[in-house]
Amino acid sequence: MLTRRVAGPAQQVGLAIWARAAGTLAPPRNTEFALLQDSDLAVFDSILGSGGVITDPHEVDPYNRDWMGKYRGRGRCVLRPRSTAQVSALLRHCSARRLAVVPQGGNTGLVGGSVPVHDEVVLSTGLMTTLLGFDPGSGALTAQAGAVLATLEAAARERGHAMPLDLGASGSCAIGGNVATNAGGIRLLRHGPLHGSVLGLEVVLAGGQVLDLLSSLRKDNTGYDLKQLFIGSEGTLGVITAVAIQCPAASPATSLAYLAVPSFKAAQQAHGVLQAARQNLGELLSAFEFLDRESLEVAKQFLPGARDPLPGSDTVIPYTAQAPFFLVVEIAGSSEQHNAAMLEAFLESTMGEGRVLDGVVAQDSRQAGEIWALREGITEALRHRGAIYKYDLSFRVEEMYGVVGAARERLASAYPSGFLGGGAGSTAGSDTEHALKVVGYGHLGDGNVHLNISAPRYDAGLEALIEPWVYEFTAAHSGSISAEHGLGRMKAPCIGYSKPPEAVRLMRSIKAAFDPQGILNPYKVLPPE
Amino acid sequence: MRVLVAVKRVIDYNARVRVKPDKSGVDLKNVKMGMNPFCEIAVEEAVKLKEGGSASEVVAVTIGPKAAGDTLRTALAMGADRGVHVLEDGEVQPLAVAKLLAALTRREEATLCMLGKQAIDDDSNQTGQGLAGLLGWPQATFASKVVVDREAGRASVTREVDGGLETLSLKLPAVITADLRLNEPRYATLPNIMKAKKKKVDTVTAQELGVDITPRLKLVKVEEPAKRQAGVMLSSVKELVDRLRNEAKVI
Ligand SMILES: Cc1cc2nc3c(=O)[nH]c(=O)nc-3n(C[C@H](O)[C@H](O)[C@H](O)COP(=O)(O)OP(=O)(O)OC[C@H]3O[C@@H](n4cnc5c(N)ncnc54)[C@H](O)[C@@H]3O)c2cc1C
Repeated sequence: MLTRRVAGPAQQVGLAIWARAAGTLAPPRNTEFALLQDSDLAVFDSILGSGGVITDPHEVDPYNRDWMGKYRGRGRCVLRPRSTAQVSALLRHCSARRLAVVPQGGNTGLVGGSVPVHDEVVLSTGLMTTLLGFDPGSGALTAQAGAVLATLEAAARERGHAMPLDLGASGSCAIGGNVATNAGGIRLLRHGPLHGSVLGLEVVLAGGQVLDLLSSLRKDNTGYDLKQLFIGSEGTLGVITAVAIQCPAASPATSLAYLAVPSFKAAQQAHGVLQAARQNLGELLSAFEFLDRESLEVAKQFLPGARDPLPGSDTVIPYTAQAPFFLVVEIAGSSEQHNAAMLEAFLESTMGEGRVLDGVVAQDSRQAGEIWALREGITEALRHRGAIYKYDLSFRVEEMYGVVGAARERLASAYPSGFLGGGAGSTAGSDTEHALKVVGYGHLGDGNVHLNISAPRYDAGLEALIEPWVYEFTAAHSGSISAEHGLGRMKAPCIGYSKPPEAVRLMRSIKAAFDPQGILNPYKVLPPE
Repeated sequence: MRVLVAVKRVIDYNARVRVKPDKSGVDLKNVKMGMNPFCEIAVEEAVKLKEGGSASEVVAVTIGPKAAGDTLRTALAMGADRGVHVLEDGEVQPLAVAKLLAALTRREEATLCMLGKQAIDDDSNQTGQGLAGLLGWPQATFASKVVVDREAGRASVTREVDGGLETLSLKLPAVITADLRLNEPRYATLPNIMKAKKKKVDTVTAQELGVDITPRLKLVKVEEPAKRQAGVMLSSVKELVDRLRNEAKVI
């Protein structure tokens, strides 16, 4: 049992800090950082030339706001370099002046890591989008850090390969941001985490030094593997300027099924669908995702164009209309016929045994696209619905859904009406759009659940009910409080729930070695001292 | 009333189309294939007619090689009652397809033929019209709404035309071709996919149907469209005017 971690955070960071930092309230500004002067802007201008520096408050504003609309900084200036040399010159100046800097890619991060907390300068990779190379022999793709994931995916596809990761934000997120957050997503099950597929990185350190680790060799055991430290460092150790990544050969044939299952147990348990899939589909299995009924309802209501793949199941088999869980199972292989035969045999047996109630098999890429859009669109649908308290947790697969039920119970007893009291959105009792809603979805095959509490607005009382309870619950069940989104600003004070004090101390010394002045993405990842 | 619905196996609309190096056609090796989207819509409409009580039986027909049988199974999984597979490995041009369908319509004594308005591989948009001509039946192409009045023996079909909607009233038997907005085809559910395996599929050949399918058209060559040049971002209106005047020479 790893419950020893439960007691950690309170002792470690102190309850006062906890209360301040865990909320959406900002930690205080570090007064050691310089304030931006006109003379700094002149230097930035001289490095970047026209169009490289944004200071118009209207144009700066989107760089100050996070994707969820939960965090908002007060940065006054956005830097948009095009080259590594420019990043280096910018950071040399910022460290000389002790100006704090937030690296920003596509700004789709979900933990408030990509926007300033106070007046940090935003360093955006938005103009660093060049594809630097592709090795057809090995599948190694090299690109500037700001290249958008979907663009790289298209480039890899053109060449018969695929990116080793895919996620719902692929149209906006940048490869540098993916590496900086160690993003997981729907292909992790098949291709493993970025720690395996990133071959090399080019990074500019806080002082402006360029660290060239941009090897595209598959194997390289010369000394400490420094690039690993930057994977998941969330902009706190250096600015990633280029990425070399291993792209697997694209599978010629993929097949997709969307299944209704009678319970979470049936989905994963010893004799559940996941295990059957692992055994019978083996190496073909390429994604195993889940959504609960509440997630489906939110997507149907708030995602433009979303369609329920099993709308008529209530007439065919009455109880599937109320099926509590749905799975998205993808297989990828070399032959369409073989795929279809394997998938059908697998589905026939799981359905025969009652572990699957009903389901559909996509008959073409349009249907497959619609099903993926539904699963991947839940995050966006939740944003359309209102405020979101988002917890990206991992557990042993068997236990991963428990937290969703526990959260529902907790909210139901605190808010018996199902609504927040007072303020906007509290009025009409029947207006379900304003009801509190607890949904769970995510990467079942990897034990990663996205617990989301959807509310009409951000509310301190609601937040206090969820946090730190959700972190305590997670630690008590030996889970991780951040499976793939990172800690960012939101969970920096909470690292102790998942890491022992010795580890946090070592992280601090690593941070100090790379960024002695602490100018890179301050107030993020590590708890306040 | 028996409905005959035609389904064609085509290259998946998302697949990357590669022209064969000798320009003799499109390379279909290892390319994802599936039912023509307009055929899917036709199947959905036929199944709806049956569910709504206007049709008594839906017979799905495909013409093509063995693999086209998969497409037929999809139609059966969507709710067609049985299938007919005209097994032909070679090229079958629109006129030949129309003749085969006419022969089958007579053989099956169908009262309504549902087709997609066109197939997305060749975009010929001829089969439905040809079929109606061969049978001497009324036709309504590009349907966006279909209402069948069984008692009156008529179908009312709405079509999207330039500037509005046109509604036709046809006397059955008739031929109707489906446009994009007619309906949203359903997914094939697992129980229905399993049921479809047990549904009856007849296999026939053009010869058995007494239809000559010798190609009448000669394909000269297939070429990829010219690559579009990438756009350029200009920094000012002045530069735009300058380029339009001096480079494009349009003003
Ligand atoms: C709809 C949606 C779905 C998502 N699905 C998933 C999912 O399935 N799996 C998953 O893991 N995540 C998911 N995410 C969150 C995910 O972390 C981000 O989408 C993505 O990885 C971040 O990339 P970005 O370019 O937007 O980075 P940003 O949001 O701009 O930045 C994220 C962090 O990385 C740092 N950073 C960015 N670029 C650099 C750089 N060049 N050098 C150093 N630091 C940098 C920032 O400072 C920040 O701390 C999702 C987000 C959305 C909105």
